[in-house]
Amino acid sequence: MRSISAFFSGILFAVGLVISGLTNPVNVIGFLDFFGEWKPALAFVMIGGIGIYALLYPLVLKRRIPLFAPAFDLPDAGKATPRLIAGAAAFGIGWGIGGVCPGPAITSLGTGASEVLVFTGSLLFGIGLFHIAFRSGDPAAGDGPSTCG
Amino acid sequence: MIPPEFINALIGGLLIGLAGILLLISDGKIAGISGMIGGLLRSQTRLNGWRYAFLGGLIVGGFGMHLFGFQVFTPLATRSYGALIAAGLLVGLGTQIGSGCTSGHGICGIGRLSGRSLIATVTFVVTGAITVYVVEHILGGAL
Repeated sequence: MRSISAFFSGILFAVGLVISGLTNPVNVIGFLDFFGEWKPALAFVMIGGIGIYALLYPLVLKRRIPLFAPAFDLPDAGKATPRLIAGAAAFGIGWGIGGVCPGPAITSLGTGASEVLVFTGSLLFGIGLFHIAFRSGDPAAGDGPSTCG
Repeated sequence: MIPPEFINALIGGLLIGLAGILLLISDGKIAGISGMIGGLLRSQTRLNGWRYAFLGGLIVGGFGMHLFGFQVFTPLATRSYGALIAAGLLVGLGTQIGSGCTSGHGICGIGRLSGRSLIATVTFVVTGAITVYVVEHILGGAL
């Protein structure tokens, strides 16, 4: 049951990404081009996504446990460390170069476009490299719930 | 008259947020894509079913939209493979070091009022904007 609901959630997420325009790099570059011909459309993705999530999140958490899992698995909303800011800064540079972030990359795989395959291959390599480099010694990189958000 | 791309962006954003809520209420998880991929590359297979399922749903959903004739992905003519490789590496490393990307920090994190997610999101939008400024307006628009 857990995997079925996660699968449908992934499909819905992909449909939203495509409809929103976030999977097309030209829209991302246009949104980030504040000093050129700025295209504000993608701001509405954040308004819609954050709005509905913020509205429903507290209602969901009124439940003691999720529908199909033994517990909620939520990251500690800890402080923004220098490490977090450095990582986000590097991510932003890559996002600005390619106009692609992880969700749209995976969603676009089925188009077979060579640019997506090259980017995603490099993305997976970068993620793998991090986990090899930090496998020991850094508790923040270890297994645990606090991996996103 | 509101431009149609604003409406599409808003509807798409609502669907993305709802997908995140669906994953939360059913599986108790945050819909952070970079975190899911990172989890796949480091933890035991037994715990990874939901990650494979969600990422598989992304691929199937994107492919379905492609079949239905949606313009899922149009490559930029102004970016070389070398630039895309550099971009992928920076996004891969950056999202793991920074514990999240556009989905985990930008939508779910801010949506649950996480201060560090707001700071991360502002950071990657600012460095993204600086990068686009450098590439488009100083380096002549191609990389």
